[in-house]
Amino acid sequence: MSLDVGSAPHRDTEVRKLDRVVIRFAGDSGDGMQLTGDRFTSETALFGNDLSTLPNFPAEIRAPAGTLPGVSSFQLHFADYDILTPGDRPDVLVVMNPAALKANIGDLPHGAILIINTDEFSKRALQKVGYETDPLEDGSLEPYQLHKIAMATITRAALEETGLSKKDAERAKNMFALGLLSWMYHRPTEGTERFLREKFAKKPDIAEANVLAFRTGFNYGETTESFAVTYEVAPAKLDQGTYRQITGNTALAYGVVAAGQLSKLPVFLGTYPITPASDILHELSKHKNFNVTTFQAEDEISAVGAALGASFGGSLGVTTTSGPGIALKSETIGLAVMTELPLLVIGVQRGGPSTGLPTKTEQADLLQAMFGRNGEAPVPIVAPQSPSDCFDAAVEATRIALKYRTPVILLSDGYIANGSEPWMVPDVAQLPDISVRFATEPNAPDGSGEFWPYLRDPETLARAWAVPGTPGLAHRIGGLEKADGKGGISYDPDNHDKMVRLRQAKIDGIDVPDIEVEDPSGEARVLVLGWGSSFGPIRAGCRRVRGKGHNIAQAHLRHLNPFPKNLGEVLRKYDKVVIPEMNLGQLALLVRARYLVDAISYTKVAGLPFKAEELQDALTEIVKGV
Amino acid sequence: MTTIDLGLPNIGALDGVPTTDEKQTAKQYTSDNEVRWCPGCGDYAILAAVRSFLPELGLKRENITFVSGIGCSSRFPYYMNTYGMHSIHGRAPAIATGLSVSRPDLSVWVVTGDGDALSIGGNHLIHALRRNVNLKILLFNNRIYGLTKGQYSPTSEVGKVTKSTPMGSVDYPFNPISLALGAEGTFVARALDTDRKQLTEVLRAAAHHRGSALVEIYQGCPIFNDGAFDVLKDSEEKERRIIPLKHGEPIRFGVDKGMCVVREGLTLAVRKVEEVNEADIVVHDETLEDPAYAFALSRIGEHNLNYTTVGVFRSVNRTAYDDLARNQVATATASKAPDLQSLLTGKDTWTVA
Ligand code: SF4
Repeated sequence: MSLDVGSAPHRDTEVRKLDRVVIRFAGDSGDGMQLTGDRFTSETALFGNDLSTLPNFPAEIRAPAGTLPGVSSFQLHFADYDILTPGDRPDVLVVMNPAALKANIGDLPHGAILIINTDEFSKRALQKVGYETDPLEDGSLEPYQLHKIAMATITRAALEETGLSKKDAERAKNMFALGLLSWMYHRPTEGTERFLREKFAKKPDIAEANVLAFRTGFNYGETTESFAVTYEVAPAKLDQGTYRQITGNTALAYGVVAAGQLSKLPVFLGTYPITPASDILHELSKHKNFNVTTFQAEDEISAVGAALGASFGGSLGVTTTSGPGIALKSETIGLAVMTELPLLVIGVQRGGPSTGLPTKTEQADLLQAMFGRNGEAPVPIVAPQSPSDCFDAAVEATRIALKYRTPVILLSDGYIANGSEPWMVPDVAQLPDISVRFATEPNAPDGSGEFWPYLRDPETLARAWAVPGTPGLAHRIGGLEKADGKGGISYDPDNHDKMVRLRQAKIDGIDVPDIEVEDPSGEARVLVLGWGSSFGPIRAGCRRVRGKGHNIAQAHLRHLNPFPKNLGEVLRKYDKVVIPEMNLGQLALLVRARYLVDAISYTKVAGLPFKAEELQDALTEIVKGV
Repeated sequence: MTTIDLGLPNIGALDGVPTTDEKQTAKQYTSDNEVRWCPGCGDYAILAAVRSFLPELGLKRENITFVSGIGCSSRFPYYMNTYGMHSIHGRAPAIATGLSVSRPDLSVWVVTGDGDALSIGGNHLIHALRRNVNLKILLFNNRIYGLTKGQYSPTSEVGKVTKSTPMGSVDYPFNPISLALGAEGTFVARALDTDRKQLTEVLRAAAHHRGSALVEIYQGCPIFNDGAFDVLKDSEEKERRIIPLKHGEPIRFGVDKGMCVVREGLTLAVRKVEEVNEADIVVHDETLEDPAYAFALSRIGEHNLNYTTVGVFRSVNRTAYDDLARNQVATATASKAPDLQSLLTGKDTWTVA
């Protein structure tokens, strides 16, 4: 077969133009839904749409097949304008088995397209998930544009001559689904074929079978006439530039590589595998040519310890983890506070407490990052607002760590870690210089010719940083309280009081940019304040509120410690401040305590990001009330 | 899974650490911090031995770093005029790993105690040894918690009465040498704080080993575990009890060297020389790859010190973790110049005009 379906003309279907579409692929964990979604995303990115994705999968590697807990899904929102979220409700739902139907049908609005792989709808499979009658037959799916396709059967038949076993052939049915959807939405296909050949380079027969299944799906749309309409979503009018698609975790890894290059320091990553942060390790371990060392430690504590040891030696020490790992690293982060050494701690939040929901998202580690240490141990916190923003956030967090000689916690979360969006590739020449100067000379103000490791820069309050190997500056640091300036051990009460306040003042004085407010009307009386990954849903929600003729202002925090200097002033300008968070009101607690503002907390901890729709409803209610 | 042969040529023990021809003295290695251990503490003797032995290595003093955890022994770095970090309880091997791997020009020493290394920090110790990180680990074993004022430790004997065990300890103790060997330690030795000459010999051998070197040092704590090692100090008793190991020599000890170590079945045993065939006396070989021999040596004698083997149990060559890790960075850099712009751009891009 040599048909290049990528350039194949579409038969004479009606082509409907849309400005945006939300597609969800759902199946069993073993059905390859994440791969299918990823590929559709790449096709869509290359086509030039703006996009946002939401992978959603179980924590078990292979949950029991055909069960509700085993359902894995991937939602993709793409549009011809800038979009902010992976979408609330799918316009198209592709389901591979009864469990996927049951788990997802509730989100599907009436009138939406529902494509079902009928092969899995055996009596047993239906009973397994509690269907008493067959939804394909009982009329319950009538409100939808239903397409019943025996995907496994068709794929198997198409692959009969490849010599592949029945089981292997059927496994390619996800590529059939991808091919069909690619046809429906006029996606370019060359990339997927190239991808499959590369992915299965060592198993060329599997590669060709997948390509064949993909083409079969495409041709199914083209030839069977069961689909009367295809859809076009024009490329988005994004800012001029070169774009690529990127996930939050990849952007964090690139940010760390870039931070090493921009600071001219070797990068030392000490880490321990943990969901959903492990991909940062995987990515960084591929880029050792950037003077990056990756150390997979025996535990979370060793991981951060080794990173701090490397920092002591003059590297950029980095550790990556999730909430449970931050808990284990707390004591070492405290040591970094005390020794005033730079350290980048990346926390990719997930549902908690304890093991919680490893593969689901949450923003409930803010207070842990803020206060989760013994003693007065202030640590700056930076939170990226979207997948691509993770890159800038990593560079910014490193800048603070190096300039102020402090550990910095970067709080991402599962939503943006695995989600992806287009990223305008930055021009490396325009990235900030974050290089540091090590101390090389004695600095004692008394002219003694000694080196005082705790002598501070009067402006930043950062201490002098001399690395081992520097002649004449040998000194000892550690977890015991240090004498101001000289840096020897000190148990003096007044010195301790002074040092506690100095460490706090150093963090409070960090140069974070002022917060900006988006209020097109200039007349809003309600401000929505958010942080981290909920930026997209909040902005989309605000747009909808405005679309209904109301005024509402939005501000979003990237720096959570210290807060921007103008935050209090901004908050006091509004009659009401609403703080939506995926926790029980942690930012709200901080804001109320710091600014005595009676903020309204709007919270959700369902393991999934906010929907624009629910925020619209909640915010409209509040706006109407003022 | 694929495995790749990472074989590297042998690298000299102190290769990469800058040296000096200047004559150094113990005084230069003495910081101006007042030493604050209790009078009579064994730590003083170890500190003196380290300060006076380091100059002979001829390394630049600023390229030597001491990292410690928490405990009496962990105050050690403050008293050395080198770079140092007094870190947190049990974590010194982890912190030192990051320092050592990222700085090939440093000689990194870890000072720890039985509680620090074997209790709260046990995980880090065994993994540092397993990886063979280029660290010299001095484990001061006083069989008690000193800094927290006298609780039993993971090397305290069963039945020991302490503040936390008024009815006697029910914990079975670790044998640190056996543990280190079980953790794949490439250099494992024991010394006594009271034998300066032998301690110095062991420290020297450790310094010249590339990879992890674990030195257990029996250390007296007159305040909370008074007399624990007295039998190894008493001139008559020590002759009967201490079994010195010398590479290439038959293992003989005791009055007139009348005692010896022989193979018996699957293990080693102490016998009178006159009762054995001289050819059966074990000739000590610290370089044996199979750790079973060194392990058997470590099992001679009871926790009550009826026999105490001292010296180097094992010293074998295995490429240090640091060298392997750095080699990967060097290899990657040599095969692909770092180009940040091209990394960020990636393979699949589109342009919005
Ligand atoms: S308590 Fe024991 S180990 Fe600690 S300093 Fe005093 S004598 Fe030495």
